[in-house]
Amino acid sequence: MLNRRTALRGGAALLAGGGMIGGSSLASLAAELVTLPFDNGERPIVKYPQKRPMIGLTSRPPQLETPFSVYNENIITPNDAFFVRYHLADIPLEIDPDKFFVEIKGKVDKPLKLSLADIKKMPSIELVAVNQCSGNSRGFFNPRIAGGQLGNGAMGNARWKGVPLKAVLEKAGVQAGARQVTFAGMDGPVIDKTPDFAKALDIDHARDGEVMLAYAMNGQDLPMLNGYPLRLVVPGYYGTYWVKHLNEITVLDSVFDGFWMKSAYRIPDNECNCVEPGTAPKTTIPINRLTVRSFITSLVDGAKVKAGAETRLRGIAFDGGKGIKMVEVSTDGGKTWRPAALGRNLGKYSFREWHLAVKLPAGEHQLKVRATSNDGKAQPLEALWNPAGYLRNVVETTRVTAA
Amino acid sequence: MKRSSPFLLAGLVALGVGSGLVAVNAKPVTYTLPDESAAFKPGPNLEVVQNNCSSCHSSDYIKTQPEGPKFKKDFWQAEVTKMINVYGAPIEAKDVDKIVEYLAATY
Repeated sequence: MLNRRTALRGGAALLAGGGMIGGSSLASLAAELVTLPFDNGERPIVKYPQKRPMIGLTSRPPQLETPFSVYNENIITPNDAFFVRYHLADIPLEIDPDKFFVEIKGKVDKPLKLSLADIKKMPSIELVAVNQCSGNSRGFFNPRIAGGQLGNGAMGNARWKGVPLKAVLEKAGVQAGARQVTFAGMDGPVIDKTPDFAKALDIDHARDGEVMLAYAMNGQDLPMLNGYPLRLVVPGYYGTYWVKHLNEITVLDSVFDGFWMKSAYRIPDNECNCVEPGTAPKTTIPINRLTVRSFITSLVDGAKVKAGAETRLRGIAFDGGKGIKMVEVSTDGGKTWRPAALGRNLGKYSFREWHLAVKLPAGEHQLKVRATSNDGKAQPLEALWNPAGYLRNVVETTRVTAA
Repeated sequence: MKRSSPFLLAGLVALGVGSGLVAVNAKPVTYTLPDESAAFKPGPNLEVVQNNCSSCHSSDYIKTQPEGPKFKKDFWQAEVTKMINVYGAPIEAKDVDKIVEYLAATY
């Protein structure tokens, strides 16, 4: 057994100044707490280098949730507020961008080792896309499920810049018979018997021209905890595929049978990808595209508004890449619905802003918001359930009082 | 893939002036995690739990799990079994019951 992290931190502590991110390790000791709205939802507010105060889920490996108010500030989630999710605790804490390379191997004509400089020399693409954790909102499942007990803050919307995976694969020359491509990063397990994190995409998906090796996020280098210096971006797909610190790409002529594809991150293989709460599915498939979701961001649950006056509701909607067709709002607990106006379209993978002015009479009100994507999929009024607590997308309810 | 060289100290010490949080042009980049502040709650067999669970994850992983009558012995037994069978935790058979006892009694 090896606890490399302790050794790494010991090493890092010897260094002073240049290139170091995070001077004081005492910055996290602030005792401020926040309570997510489910049982046992108390969390510390923590301060990490390159991050504003975030909701702390776990400290090793680091897992940070975005405070929900951030989503009302900007349709693009700032890098310093972007959520962090790791699986395994041996995470890279020193990276020399001049020595970093990503390997492309397996069923290719010409195995490659590309440096960061090599990648940055290739023609780049940019797109805005939501990265959302598969288990975002798991804490709201009923019955509750073991796992990361997240509120709604494990999602973010950024402008990603990088090179298409397609171009990299073409450079290496994919051989006939290729079926999948696997991705692994510099983060790894603490003990050798823990399955190292690796994910796979079908070869056609990998070559769709949009799946990207991204080195910039909102115009800057990736923050360390978001995958510096290079991560996979899989637009429309859950964050589990967005491998951080990406340094290994392997073309296979088979379907990858690694733990993180074959056993973990599976959803029921049926139309709703759901089962009766508390039951197990007969068959499962790997999780894939984001389900359609929407939120009110301008009012928090329990907010007070002025009765009879105009209240301008605002929020976000997104889906797995069809784009948002319609957002509707109900101010009467779901009996009647009114369409909201959609904001600027930053692309089919992005958060889409919506807004609607309403006048609420004195009393308590249940505000609901429901998005429909361009393929006609709408959020369900009742929450769907699956054993791992993925895909949460029930119509959200915000209770407000007008007085 | 794990990195082959965990230490990239060469050259860094020579750069060791200044104290900016992010030095834009300095390379390599190093990152210092905050100290781990979460701790296991006191309970039976605490030492066994600390010895077996702490090497791979912090205690907040446990503390934040659902609570209540449905999340007692069976729930924690399943979690410990998962850690052994799925994640390869080298927990000795004699320690399993002690860990489950602690978790069910404490969380």
